Amino acid sequence: MAEAFQFELVSPERLLVSEKIESVVIPATEGEMTVMANHAPVMTTIKPGVVTVKTASGQQERYVVFGGFADILPAGCTLLAESAVAVKDLDRDDIARRVQDAREDVTDARDDAARTRAEQYLAQLTTLQSALQAA
Amino acid sequence: MASLKDLRNRIASVKATQKITKAMQMVAAAKLRRAQEAAEAARPYSERMGAVLANITQAIGAGGEAPALMTGTGKDDVHLLVVCTAERGLCGGFNSQIARFARDHIRKLLSEGKTVKIICVGKKGFDILRRDYAQLIIERVDLREVKTIGFANADAIAKKVIQLFEQGEFDVCTLFYSNFKSVISQIPTAQQLVPAAAPAEAEPANGSAVYEYEPEPGEILSDLIPRNISVQIFRALLENAAGEMGAKMSAMDNATRNAGDMINKLSITYNRQRQAQITKELIEIISGAEAL
Repeated sequence: MAEAFQFELVSPERLLVSEKIESVVIPATEGEMTVMANHAPVMTTIKPGVVTVKTASGQQERYVVFGGFADILPAGCTLLAESAVAVKDLDRDDIARRVQDAREDVTDARDDAARTRAEQYLAQLTTLQSALQAA
Repeated sequence: MASLKDLRNRIASVKATQKITKAMQMVAAAKLRRAQEAAEAARPYSERMGAVLANITQAIGAGGEAPALMTGTGKDDVHLLVVCTAERGLCGGFNSQIARFARDHIRKLLSEGKTVKIICVGKKGFDILRRDYAQLIIERVDLREVKTIGFANADAIAKKVIQLFEQGEFDVCTLFYSNFKSVISQIPTAQQLVPAAAPAEAEPANGSAVYEYEPEPGEILSDLIPRNISVQIFRALLENAAGEMGAKMSAMDNATRNAGDMINKLSITYNRQRQAQITKELIEIISGAEAL
């Protein structure tokens, strides 16, 4: 069994997870990454996606996050999510609403840079939506 | 002199008021507990955000590629004030305290010849500031329909602030809110949002660790700063919510106690007067009997 390390998932509203885990898969902006104990220090932004946590007792928990940051240190990993919810508590309508909002953002964008950013976010959201529907 | 009937009515009405204030106090106490829990639950996020920010500014350090939101425009001419107050009254001096604090600040800025723009969050602050500075208020955020303040509410305000900044509408942004110290003490506080005041007290935890950044530190920072503004506003709103409930609780407690005192005084007057009337009637009867 792999070494356990401290993992924390924090959203502005509350602390969702704070426990010893074996590994966690983070949807980083530049690709998914799995973090285990003694990982080199990395700071990365995350995109909307699913965080899969494997706890020290071997259970798997999945959370949906909508953007944020991950602060990874050898001793632990902190995920600052703009908004996070456990997959089992997830409301499909909520995602649909977010996708709708993102679409409006794309049409409302004032300049190219803003539009590119909005489109990128929309693409990430739709990927997430289809991934969740498949699951 | 009020008649006995008037006094009775008066006592009944004060009693009814006392019941209302007592109920309001209990509601405020329950809401206060919830607001405090919310404020506490939000603390880890803002703390870690501060630590991450400290780390990354340190890493960027001399690089000088910090985004404009952090460094400011280099000018100090146009000030944007975000004044957060409560939506409802009946909470003692809570709203007027923040408004007075903001007003002093506005007066000072105006006397220095700066331009001031105001965003009002909450109805009460708007009502107070409208009297003197109606032409300076550019935006009014209404949270009356919001039962529990979510991050989305704060985020919307932050987006507005950032948008105004990008349009070059202001140079310095300051947030006004009430810091919840305890149930009986809320301290009006001003906090500078833009340019971001360096998080001095957040110790660069694990400062020795050499981070790898993905993507570049500058890019992360330009993502992090707007988020930090949202977090600051969110924290201010939560502090305000807790403060409002605390102030309301003590105000209603006072009101209930005052009503009790008033009932006591009125009851004494009522009893005295009743006794006086009885004595008067007795004297009339006795003197009538003696005359016969």
